[in-house]
Amino acid sequence: MLEFTDVHVRYGHVEALRGVSLRVERGEIVALLGNNGAGKSTTLCAASALVPLSKGTISFDGEPLPDKPWDVVRGGLVHVPEGRRVFSTLTVLENLQLGGFACQDKASVSRRIDGVFDLLPLLAKRRGQQGGTLSGGEQQLVAIGRALVAGPRVLMLDEPSMGLAPLMVAAVMDVVRRINAEGTTVLLVEQNARAALGITHRGYVLENGVVTLSGPASVLAEDPRVVEAYLGS
Amino acid sequence: MIQLVWDGLFVGSFYALVALGYSMVYGIIKLLNFAHGDIYMLGAFAGFVVLSGVGGVTAAFSVVALVGALVAAMAVTGGLGVLVERVAYRPLRGSPRLAVLITAVGVSFTLEYGVAAAGANPRVFPVRVESQAWQVLGVRITLAQLALMAIAVGLMIALDRYVNRTSTGRAMRAIALDPKGALLMGVNVNAVISRTFFIGSALAGAAGVMAGAYYGKIEFLMGFLIGLKAFTAAVMGGIGNIRGAMLGGLLLGLLEAFGAHFLGGEWRDVFTFAVLIVFLSVKPTGLLGERVSERV
Repeated sequence: MLEFTDVHVRYGHVEALRGVSLRVERGEIVALLGNNGAGKSTTLCAASALVPLSKGTISFDGEPLPDKPWDVVRGGLVHVPEGRRVFSTLTVLENLQLGGFACQDKASVSRRIDGVFDLLPLLAKRRGQQGGTLSGGEQQLVAIGRALVAGPRVLMLDEPSMGLAPLMVAAVMDVVRRINAEGTTVLLVEQNARAALGITHRGYVLENGVVTLSGPASVLAEDPRVVEAYLGS
Repeated sequence: MIQLVWDGLFVGSFYALVALGYSMVYGIIKLLNFAHGDIYMLGAFAGFVVLSGVGGVTAAFSVVALVGALVAAMAVTGGLGVLVERVAYRPLRGSPRLAVLITAVGVSFTLEYGVAAAGANPRVFPVRVESQAWQVLGVRITLAQLALMAIAVGLMIALDRYVNRTSTGRAMRAIALDPKGALLMGVNVNAVISRTFFIGSALAGAAGVMAGAYYGKIEFLMGFLIGLKAFTAAVMGGIGNIRGAMLGGLLLGLLEAFGAHFLGGEWRDVFTFAVLIVFLSVKPTGLLGERVSERV
């Protein structure tokens, strides 16, 4: 459904991605693991048209991705960025409404917002509160809920567990699993390999801008290289 | 005393209209658009051209003609603001702020001396709102003042609703906070920025026509001083904050009225810019410009 073929991205002289190829099939949750600076976020930004490719292609449903970020969102590929980026002085409800910006049909936007409130009842309670006053975990839920209002067919999540307490990490992962169970395909970028591999079908390991390992989550979780580098024995 | 308050609020409503565009543009792309005062001047000239074209307007129709000219001038200045952003500011987005600031000064001179080249002489505005005056509580209020102020207040209320209640307004506030985050929400940032320039410039154009009709004389440098005063008003209210710009405009009008009364008219502008300096050094965030504290 989402396929990266030999994707290269450079920032000035630094080559951040050096030929990344990976694919996400309809209905899957796929993990993209790796250390700081491995190129995980850049991979997502390339798909969101935030950074240009210097070589290679990314296709979505067999079509090349559009080159404007708003057209990518409109097409159904939605990116929850690293650090959540909740709009701090907008209320929770306004943050969610913004997720529906690109959608012309306002009735379906408000249906989706109701759907988010059903999935994440905490947000319904906080709907009138400013985004910046929420805790980190709550902000992560806002960021995810907001992306759902955009009506994604594929949801890309960048380190949703970052900076969260272990209980909150488990809660966020559970939300991601439920979103996937309701039919949304997910590409999950994580440093927290244990949490990610617990809910994903397959995974890729990215190192220095190339994919060095890939396979079913259960196999990756047993792979000595993954255990040593990311899980600890 | 009450007369001073009324006069101050009246002049302040012009300042507020111009300050709004200043503040909106600063809020969304962090640019001090020094060409904004010249858009106000162009509004006055656009109104002048329209009204001259209509020809001998009888007094009975003057208000109708004036409103027509106001709408036309708003469309012209709004379009011009969009053009300026597209040609001069968008190519520099992401450049150091100083580069864009200098470009804005360049745009300002281009507009001023472009108009000067087209006809530098001061013009007499062809329509003046008939100044029938009433005495209310010992204050002399003219019909013209009342009509212009009603228009100004109407525009400000409309803008406030637009920014706070519509989807595009929400997108404007989102871009002001985090442009990249807004991109990921599917917001066409370029289109929303264009629209911000349109609205801000149209408001300045409206103020230009109103000033022309009220003072009766327009000239190509008329935007310079009011641009700086609108900047002062925007800083007083908290730059980037819409309600702050309105409050700052009205407050500056009041301060000027009282300052000029007690210090003498020749001290008016000195007083205004002294206020600017005080605000910049004592409370640079302005009256309403406080940000919510953020938890990480």
